[in-house]
Amino acid sequence: MSNGTMEIKAISGHRGGTPGGGVYDQSDGKTRSGTSRDYDVCKLVDTTTCIGCKACEVACLEWNGYDFRDTTFDNTYQTMPDTAWNFWNLIRFNEDTDADGNLQWLMRKDQCMHCADPGCLEACPADGAIVQYQNGIVDFNQEHCIGCQYCVTGCPFNIPKFNDQTKKVYKCTLCSDRVGAGLEPACIKACPTGCLHFGSKEDMLFEANKRVGQIKANTSYKDAGVYDPEGVGGTHVIYVLHDATNPERYGGLPRDPRIPFMVKMWKGPLKWLGGLGITLGAFAMFMHYVRYGPKRVEGEEEKKA
Amino acid sequence: MTNGWVDIKNTDMMLIMGGNPAENHPCGFKWVVEAKKVRNAKLVVVDPRFQRTASQADHFCQIRAGTDIAFLGGLINYAIQNNRFNKEYVSNYTNAALIVNKGFKLPEDGLFSGYNPATMAYNVSSWNYEAGGNVTGTAAAAIAAGDGPATADTAAQVAAPQPAAMATGMGHAAGGPAAAKASPGAAPAPPSLPPDVSYDTSLEHPRCVFQLMKKQFSRYTPERVESITGIPREKCIKAWDMYTSIRKDGDMKKVGTIIYSVGWTQHSNGSQIIRTAAMIQLLLGNVGRAGGGVNALRGHSNIQGATDMAGVFDILPGYLKMPVPADTDFATYAKRITPTSAKPKEWDSFNYWSNTSKFAVSFLKAMYGDKATKETDWAFNYLPKIDRKYSWVEQWDNMYRGTVKGLMSFGMNGVAIGPNSHKNINALKKADWLVVGDIYPEETSDFWRSPGISDDEKKQIKTEVYRLPCAGFAEKDGTFVNSARWLQWKWAAVPPPGEAKLDQEILARIFLGVKALYQKEGGKFPDAILGLSWPYANPNNPSLTEVAKEINGKTLADTHDDKQTPTDWKAGQQLPGFAWLRDDGSTSCGNWLYCGSWPDAGSNTQRRNPDDPSGLGIHPTWGWSWPANRRVLYNRASCNLEGKPWDPTRKQVWWNEATGKWAGNDVPDFKVDSNPKDHMGPFIMNPEGVARLFVPLGPMADGPFPEHYEPIESPVVNELHPKQSNSPVVKKYKTDMDKYGTVADGYDIVCTTYRLTEHYHYWTKNNPMNVQLVPEPFVEIGEDLANERSIKGGEKVKVTSARGTYIAKALVTTRIKSMQIAGKKIYQIGIPIHWGYRGIQEDKGVTGLTPANLLSPTVIDPNAYTPEFKGFLVKLEKA
Repeated sequence: MSNGTMEIKAISGHRGGTPGGGVYDQSDGKTRSGTSRDYDVCKLVDTTTCIGCKACEVACLEWNGYDFRDTTFDNTYQTMPDTAWNFWNLIRFNEDTDADGNLQWLMRKDQCMHCADPGCLEACPADGAIVQYQNGIVDFNQEHCIGCQYCVTGCPFNIPKFNDQTKKVYKCTLCSDRVGAGLEPACIKACPTGCLHFGSKEDMLFEANKRVGQIKANTSYKDAGVYDPEGVGGTHVIYVLHDATNPERYGGLPRDPRIPFMVKMWKGPLKWLGGLGITLGAFAMFMHYVRYGPKRVEGEEEKKA
Repeated sequence: MTNGWVDIKNTDMMLIMGGNPAENHPCGFKWVVEAKKVRNAKLVVVDPRFQRTASQADHFCQIRAGTDIAFLGGLINYAIQNNRFNKEYVSNYTNAALIVNKGFKLPEDGLFSGYNPATMAYNVSSWNYEAGGNVTGTAAAAIAAGDGPATADTAAQVAAPQPAAMATGMGHAAGGPAAAKASPGAAPAPPSLPPDVSYDTSLEHPRCVFQLMKKQFSRYTPERVESITGIPREKCIKAWDMYTSIRKDGDMKKVGTIIYSVGWTQHSNGSQIIRTAAMIQLLLGNVGRAGGGVNALRGHSNIQGATDMAGVFDILPGYLKMPVPADTDFATYAKRITPTSAKPKEWDSFNYWSNTSKFAVSFLKAMYGDKATKETDWAFNYLPKIDRKYSWVEQWDNMYRGTVKGLMSFGMNGVAIGPNSHKNINALKKADWLVVGDIYPEETSDFWRSPGISDDEKKQIKTEVYRLPCAGFAEKDGTFVNSARWLQWKWAAVPPPGEAKLDQEILARIFLGVKALYQKEGGKFPDAILGLSWPYANPNNPSLTEVAKEINGKTLADTHDDKQTPTDWKAGQQLPGFAWLRDDGSTSCGNWLYCGSWPDAGSNTQRRNPDDPSGLGIHPTWGWSWPANRRVLYNRASCNLEGKPWDPTRKQVWWNEATGKWAGNDVPDFKVDSNPKDHMGPFIMNPEGVARLFVPLGPMADGPFPEHYEPIESPVVNELHPKQSNSPVVKKYKTDMDKYGTVADGYDIVCTTYRLTEHYHYWTKNNPMNVQLVPEPFVEIGEDLANERSIKGGEKVKVTSARGTYIAKALVTTRIKSMQIAGKKIYQIGIPIHWGYRGIQEDKGVTGLTPANLLSPTVIDPNAYTPEFKGFLVKLEKA
């Protein structure tokens, strides 16, 4: 799903520079090749104008080439209880009442938030399985994924989903293939009401704050606000909420998402432990090679390899 | 729509009621969002359920299905009581000032004057204006003399006007024997409008339309509206206050729009609900203005086009009236359907329908070509004449009774769209043959295997079924006419697969086959078939380009006309607009409203220039809208009497004194050189020139004013007049399949039906993507009802009406509440309509195989013949 035309900012399981596709010149801030955007990209989801039509759900499936699945009616308009490895974009429907007791039907487009400080990437031990591009997109490279599912633990939004068949983890790519070609993500293109916007983080924040100001001034939603949580360094998907004081009302949007403590420890203070493990492992492999020689692959397996 | 989709962005206030555009028109709903975001427009939503549109509302009211007129009548009352209307607009642009004759009675007892219980119909002769001049200033004297509208006691004594006298404009309306007493056998001359209508611009005369309207709706008090609709009065008042706040003290700067859909039309008084909305918009001065209007959202991509091209049995293309047996020749027909101007003497009226004969002759030329000449009376006798109602429900009734022997079903799924699907299934069993053109096997083509028919019975069904594979929408070219009346050409994306054929090829081949039979065997009346013009390059498969050009119309002879530019025309040229049409046989035109869509320069429907110089969303060079590429109808009313826009920031049209002409960003909907001093009415399609708050002489079969009547199946009696609970002119059907339920029989819950965003009618149950989004039928049930009946979300429930049973899972929601109606606790449930017995889930056996319309009653609106799919009675139990 990744795109070679975008320069990489961070990469999982890897220390040092950003190999591969790194054509971003820090001295003049210019991109030397490809069509990548030279700014942080951002999706703005204005929940106050979402009508829950699910066009984004369908666009996501169709663009990413996923099959339709059997679903079961579950006492709700929501397509299914949660996102899935091959269903990355889900509108969550929540019946609620506002402070004055008026009915509300809150609809929120749930997908990967593309955190500036991504817990999945932080947690991932596989070299190159998760990359963060300079433009903020956090993308999974399934060919490098080892199926350990640490990213699932690392994500405070419960986004990465494991596929039992392929033993890999999948999630929304923010249409890195489209964005890399200068297009907007498929969900944005499909949205009929203009509830979804796409642009630079700066522009989207400006639009979001403008909208919040309008909502506060003209409606009864005095607690409207922008959801761009600091705990993960901000996100590249931001929400306008009628009630930013209670993001949980929107189908479990965490109030203050953070990377789980153990993941922080694993990649921070305890990193040496991992490093030690890798070093010990490498040493063991070396010793194994010295002791037994190279592993032989024969017949069919050799062809596959 | 009087206005258009894009125009919604110009509004300051929206009332969405009887429609759920966020659900059913999500793409168009973007303009609602735009108005909210750009203009801070407010949105009031009234619906039986808190649905997707309600999720965007500033104020929501949950209404009992079928009580819309009570709510809207209350709004009219509120606007009048609180001076939330514009007097200049109302007295000059509507018939508020016109005086109604003495015999007219308001329906305090549920009946207007002239009702005949034996025929269940009205003699409409008392629903007329009084002839005479300006009576402004005489109101006090009239009141002193007790000169008000008739009452139940006096209506019988006050004589109805003498039609003949009125037709010639002689004498006053009152006096003389009742016209209704015409002797049997001799058909009385139909009553007509007086050419010189009496009026009172102060709006104070007790029999002026305004005072009658005020009196009529003064009965719709907040208390009564609450008790009928179930909406708490404070919520009603908040809604009325919000909506009418745009017209505080009559200030005309702001604009409000009313948006509706089949939640209004699908009632036994559906047409009157829409009239009430129109009255509100006229009272508030919102018609003709950018961001205003009465806006019907059409439920299919080309339903507007179908209507324009005579989708209903009683019209011809362009809303020309259908001939009746009494129309013995073209002149008689033309005289009957061409109105003559009827207005205050000092005012002017364009009366555009005075051109009817030009449209009709040009239509007959398009239909019958060289066979339609002056000598052949334009082949008028080829046209069918309607001797009775042939509406959709009546056709199925006739089939069930055995008088209709066959059905060709294209572009619809008759069994599933109901009402009373079971009756329709049984009707098809009695038919000799059925032809279904569709892209999927569906409930109609497979009626013989609907649930409940045993294998033995299947063998008894003799109906011969032909299933013709048709082309899907992406496989066809042609125009779509959208709700905004825009004709937009579309191009085929892919060819039809396999043996599937385009509709026009199927129809052409059938027609040519029938024609060959008539040629060979003769028949009762072969001329109408043999004489049909069929001038297509490939007669077996006419191109829609040819058909569209034929509908636009062309000249048939070299002509010269000083009034038009250019003045000279060669035979065979495509016409640039309906002003060029003639009734001498020198022009042909399939639908006068579409004239101008395909002129000589090429198809305007294919234009795709998005420029919008005015910023009002007019987009004059994108596609083409009827009439005359005019985007907002009646736009003369966007200006005051002097011809200046009410709101200079939204300038649509204006009077240019220097040129002596109307100019505009939009195409003026007016006589272009009519000086405002001449006081020509902006509603040029009415013979009065003004809009009708009061509808004279019976185009509305159920009354000149709207009145709340209960749905045919209702949990309560009508509070306004318990003895006349339902509409007095709505008839029940009488076959053994036409059953109607009552609370006494246990049918105690109000049920309404609707669609979902995720599905399109009965098609998408065949498409895995849509099925994935909403996989199964369900019933929406409020929490309190579910608790009372111990029903949990996801459990199967059985919904039963007097006609059938529907089985699906329960969706238990907070979004439907119980209501207090006339002191009784009433529950309401909702059923989405999208399933049946053929489809992905159906074929897997996952669903209950029960089309929703097994439940709905065979009842139709008396004006538009639309069935009452909203608001009928059911019982609910666990399955």
